Amino acid sequence: MSKIRLFAVILLVLGVIIGYFVNASQHSGNGWMSKYPFKLGLDLNGGSHLVYQAEVSSSTTDVDGAMQSLRDVIEKRINAFGVSEPIVQTETAKIAGGESIHKLIVEIPGVTDPKEAIALIGQTPQLEFRIEKSNPEKIDAKLLASTTLSTTTLAGMLNARYEQATLTGRYLQKATILFDQKSGKPQIGLEFNSEGADIFAKLTGENIGKVIGIFLDGTPISLPVVNDAIKDGKAVITGSFTVEEARSLARNLNYGALPVKVDLIGTQSIGASLGANALNASVLAGEWGFLIVAIFLILWYRLPGVVAVVSLGIYTVLMLAIFKLLPVVLTSAGLAGLILSIGMAVDGNILIFERMREELQKGVTLSVGIREGFSRAWLSIRDSNLSSIITALILYTLATSALVKGFALVFLIGVLVSMFTAITVSRTLLLAIGGKTYAGITKFLFGNGLKK
Amino acid sequence: MFVVKYRKIFYSFTALLVAFSIFSVSYWGLNLGIDFKGGAIAEVEYQNRPAKSDVEASIKTLNFGEFSVRPTGDNAFIIRTRDLTNIERQQFITSIGVGSATTTASSTISGATLKRFDSVGPVLGQELAQKSTTAIIFVIIAIVLFITFAFRGVSEPVSSFKYGLVAVVALVHDVIVPTGIYAFLGRNGGFEVDALFVTAILVILGFSVHDTIVVFDRTRENLKHAPAKKPFYEIVGESISQTFARSINTSLTTVLALIALFVFGPEATRNFSLVMMIGIIVGTYSSIFLGSPLLVTIQKMKEKKGK
Repeated sequence: MSKIRLFAVILLVLGVIIGYFVNASQHSGNGWMSKYPFKLGLDLNGGSHLVYQAEVSSSTTDVDGAMQSLRDVIEKRINAFGVSEPIVQTETAKIAGGESIHKLIVEIPGVTDPKEAIALIGQTPQLEFRIEKSNPEKIDAKLLASTTLSTTTLAGMLNARYEQATLTGRYLQKATILFDQKSGKPQIGLEFNSEGADIFAKLTGENIGKVIGIFLDGTPISLPVVNDAIKDGKAVITGSFTVEEARSLARNLNYGALPVKVDLIGTQSIGASLGANALNASVLAGEWGFLIVAIFLILWYRLPGVVAVVSLGIYTVLMLAIFKLLPVVLTSAGLAGLILSIGMAVDGNILIFERMREELQKGVTLSVGIREGFSRAWLSIRDSNLSSIITALILYTLATSALVKGFALVFLIGVLVSMFTAITVSRTLLLAIGGKTYAGITKFLFGNGLKK
Repeated sequence: MFVVKYRKIFYSFTALLVAFSIFSVSYWGLNLGIDFKGGAIAEVEYQNRPAKSDVEASIKTLNFGEFSVRPTGDNAFIIRTRDLTNIERQQFITSIGVGSATTTASSTISGATLKRFDSVGPVLGQELAQKSTTAIIFVIIAIVLFITFAFRGVSEPVSSFKYGLVAVVALVHDVIVPTGIYAFLGRNGGFEVDALFVTAILVILGFSVHDTIVVFDRTRENLKHAPAKKPFYEIVGESISQTFARSINTSLTTVLALIALFVFGPEATRNFSLVMMIGIIVGTYSSIFLGSPLLVTIQKMKEKKGK
């Protein structure tokens, strides 16, 4: 019995230490603890969430590679502006009809104006090379000169004449501004990476005498004729640029030319004050939730109820510590998950108490009753929580939004931690305070409900 | 135990509840939010809130088709439109006085702060619909398999597969009823079905099974220790009474926590907490009054066939 009591004291002390950590790491200005603040999601902190759809054409063979470099490029661009902890990720989803869509998701904390956020990602130059077709259609000069020419007609005309080459901005290593030796006009020097250089060498070698067009955002910028195979992976865009234009183009290309075209299909932005209100409301709801559940437990289950409340307290600080250490990005849905899990975490305790009471009514000693109650309740606790774990896992895998993912993660951790606290903390504490006899005051304290 | 004895009364009540829910969903339909059908929603706060009609007139000049303006709080509006492109969005926020003042024929709108802006394209909506359906189907299949596995030792008088089946009947009930009530609320209170609603339904699935399993688990244990002659319905009835207090108390603590979330929590999760509350109450009802009595009914049907 004394061993159990020692263990119980250790658990309580551990709980207090974890609680101290959770509290101090939030308030201390420096020291190692300040490295573990709560990470708040956009909806609690303010920020913008942008979803782009990448237009990956059927001719693109290496979709994953293209998406990966798209991600890198956008990340580079955002980082160049010094935004704290942006999240850039790609996702592929199937929609009705089996069609796949490729998404790029960008989260920018602190930037609450969608306009500013979209501008951060920037003008998105898309660099590509196109080869003149072997029997090119003549471009109707009259039509081209007409003032009513629409962009779609122009694109149609261009598509009839040029076909896409495998070389795109993806393979670009560096763009620099150059000046033509004779005319002094600005030009843009392109340097490909080794993979790009190989493709470029092959492309130029196969198309001597033809035009390889350099297109930016679908518009031809420069239409040089290939004289010879170019093996060093360098090309020059000559065009009628001003120095300023050439400089900004080179800069945009360096931040990364996008390997694929992207369309903005969803935006979400939350102002900082709205986020702060949501956070305060969640915290208040959490405090009240805990308090009401605690009052109910103590009134109904008496002494074991107090144990359950202590156990629930340890459960809560453990959850908060895990949120800090993993870390889990907290959203309003995640906090709702935590509050919900406070209500559900009690379940393990309740199963045990009800079972314990039954055993005690059979007339066994208190410690035997407690032990039997636990061992019999365990199967129920295990099986019933497994179903919640299954739900949480599926929800996490299939979640489309950060809100739902946040909920699923908190819910999953909550179920696991609540199983742990029910079978260790509650059990140890009950055994530690339980005497040998089940009569008199002990009988009252361990009884429950409205009966004496 | 009276639940088993009067199970037919409870079946009728359940049938009535399900019928109402099906009627509610098919008659009123679900009020889909922008998560599903695409669209934009903006919350703007004004220093001096202009008249609703002025804001409407200003947006109308943009020709975005249907939109709605709803006052919220003391000085804000919630405005819904179809989903907007980048350029349209800029026109839109200018038209409601964010950034610079906008002057229309009759008024000037200014001093607005955009507190929240969500725009969801139709592709994202389709994706969510697809994934939600997949998730619900997966959860149900996984749960049947799990129960069948967990109760694999039990074969007499009702096979473990049937425990799984009964749990699914209870599950379907637990999904239909909150959805029906929500459709009713959507018709009358503007409650919208969004990604969090689907999340709530999935958690209700988990919770309901959780509850049903506890009762089944007790039945399984009692079957092991019961004398051979003891009728099945008595064992089930006893199991229900033994787990009754636990079922009610667990649901009660969860509902108490959810009430705190509903009353004090943020706007974003208010509907979520309401659906969860309904679902948990319904789920507890079904595990006590529908799931286990159904086991008895199945066993009686089998008995009749045997004779």
